[in-house]
Amino acid sequence: MDLYEHEARALVEEHGIPVPRAEVTDSPEEARAIARRLGGSVVVKAQVKTGGRGKAGGVRLAADPAEAERTTRRILGTDIKGHRVRKVMLAQPADIESEFYVAYVLDRAAGRFLAIASAAGGMDIEEVAATRPEAVVRMPVDPAEGVTSAKAGAIAEAAGLPPRTVDVLVRLWEVLVREDAVLVEVNPLVRTRQGQLLALDGKVTLDDNARFRQARWGNDSIAYDDPLEAAAAAKGLNYVKLDGEVGIIGNGAGLVMSTLDVVAGCGARPANFLDIGGGASAQVMADGLSVVLSDPAVKSVFVNVFGGITACDAVADGIVKALDEVRPTKPLVVRLDGNNAARGRTVLDERAHPLVQQATTMDGAARRAAELANTG
Amino acid sequence: MAIFLTKESRVLVQGMTGGEGMKHTRRMLAAGTNVVGGVNPRKAGRAVDFDDRVVPVFGSVADGIRATGADVTVVFVPPAFAEAAVVEAADAGIGLVVVITEGIPVHDTVAFTSYAKKKGTRIIGPNCPGLITPGQSNAGIIPADITRSGRIGLVSKSGTLTYQLMYELRDIGFSTCVGIGGDPVVGTSHIDCLAAFQDDPDTELVVLIGEIGGDAEERAAAHIRDHVTKPVVGYIAGFTAPEGRTMGHAGAIVSGSAGTAQAKKAALEAVGVKVGATPSETARLVLSLLDTVRKAPQA
Repeated sequence: MDLYEHEARALVEEHGIPVPRAEVTDSPEEARAIARRLGGSVVVKAQVKTGGRGKAGGVRLAADPAEAERTTRRILGTDIKGHRVRKVMLAQPADIESEFYVAYVLDRAAGRFLAIASAAGGMDIEEVAATRPEAVVRMPVDPAEGVTSAKAGAIAEAAGLPPRTVDVLVRLWEVLVREDAVLVEVNPLVRTRQGQLLALDGKVTLDDNARFRQARWGNDSIAYDDPLEAAAAAKGLNYVKLDGEVGIIGNGAGLVMSTLDVVAGCGARPANFLDIGGGASAQVMADGLSVVLSDPAVKSVFVNVFGGITACDAVADGIVKALDEVRPTKPLVVRLDGNNAARGRTVLDERAHPLVQQATTMDGAARRAAELANTG
Repeated sequence: MAIFLTKESRVLVQGMTGGEGMKHTRRMLAAGTNVVGGVNPRKAGRAVDFDDRVVPVFGSVADGIRATGADVTVVFVPPAFAEAAVVEAADAGIGLVVVITEGIPVHDTVAFTSYAKKKGTRIIGPNCPGLITPGQSNAGIIPADITRSGRIGLVSKSGTLTYQLMYELRDIGFSTCVGIGGDPVVGTSHIDCLAAFQDDPDTELVVLIGEIGGDAEERAAAHIRDHVTKPVVGYIAGFTAPEGRTMGHAGAIVSGSAGTAQAKKAALEAVGVKVGATPSETARLVLSLLDTVRKAPQA
């Protein structure tokens, strides 16, 4: 789960890393009052979970409270790379002398975390990494040892960061470990002309799997752009809205992705991705089907299940349950294989719903679902 | 032979007395797995009756090894306890730990995979269906009755795609099928399995299933170019997945040009791996390649 900048800022500050004073609002009038509290001149920053915000006009300097209000009004509600701006953060501007980059990221290939640091921070760090890779230091962190002062010293020295960044590097590692983050990034970390170190902007991505021991996260940060995604998440379903017409339900992420591809190969566009997961009950299947059927873009639905932990008869029971509760008007193509498939097929045969057809292969089912969507 | 798991493997189940543990231990036994014990510190000294087989419960992995000579353990414990379970198994000196548990925090996985490596213990998973050597042994949750023993090796990030390909190629059969798991960090990689299949005389051809996210398939391609002489057939899921969205697995997310299905397919094809567009086409590629290999004059 990606955090908004203001949430990342709060976490980083809590762990003792200095940040500029800032406040968040969704109201232009309040923005004026905040600017006054912060000393008049402020940076107005759109709160969206995407990079390249500055270049897209989402970060602007306001010279006084009146301009802070006007700028806030202009930025709120705009769209930055598909993300609607619902809040802005107003921050005290910093008198920047130099900018650095520091981050800890998961290195999947090595199966451990990697420190990334550069004395050339700021908006163009991607370009620096591409054109002058030697200016960006990458150093693996031993999980058993973590980032000690000595390790942080080595990172800072290799990257040419001032010695005072050592403390920031140690504390940033603490953020990563204690908050169960998979990415923490401060860019830029600046030294002001007054000699102060400040984390001006940052990014934190938390590990959703650690939710059970990080209860305080709550759900505040999860803003689904699509109401069906929100409804599915509330039911514990893994649902992603796409642009097409064929609703797709399957068990297991790999099989569902494969199903999207096969349907696309048959000349239709998938309307969504819905994974009922392993060991899904009839209720989970019924919930999944009702989510997909309530998407008006869906013209046909393809249920593709290879039962492993999941039992096909439970899936079939769920389909029957959903048929009775949701009363669909769109055709369903169902392919069941694996654990209890024969019993599952019998359940559907006995229900004999006019909108439900069964197919014996994944390819055949995809073809049929695509035809139905294209003619429906 | 086979890789990592044979009928000689003596298997412990950590979390055997839980709901999932009981269900799948029963299935493993039915598939011929030599399950020699369960592990639960609160139920040490008891035994569980699985129809025709009574399986003792030990207080620790070390006790289980001492009493039975176990060399494999399958982990079904909840995410919060998975790291401790793996560390315990590695400390006890077991050779292979299969972590079925889904939803383990990645910091824990980083810690236990690194620890196990230092101890010389192989980890498969986490968040994986385990591995099966059909007709010999099944360590995990892969359905055992969809295929038979044969000469294809299979390695996959996805559980259900493993089943799909096993089913499509059920008449040919498999040496070993390994589900390595879809999390961003896993203990055993595609490359580890390719290397083991290369050395396994019973494996004639390898099926490699990948999906969007990361660069494991690209690295596997480089390994195939340099080290694998057996034919490899690939399948990649996620061509239609949109950029920047998580598609189910923690690892299945495309960012920029890195991690796309197209890039993975291209990397594999560049080293001579045939890549199917669908699971069924992948199966057809395997069949035609096996035909060619078998008809070729022996060197």
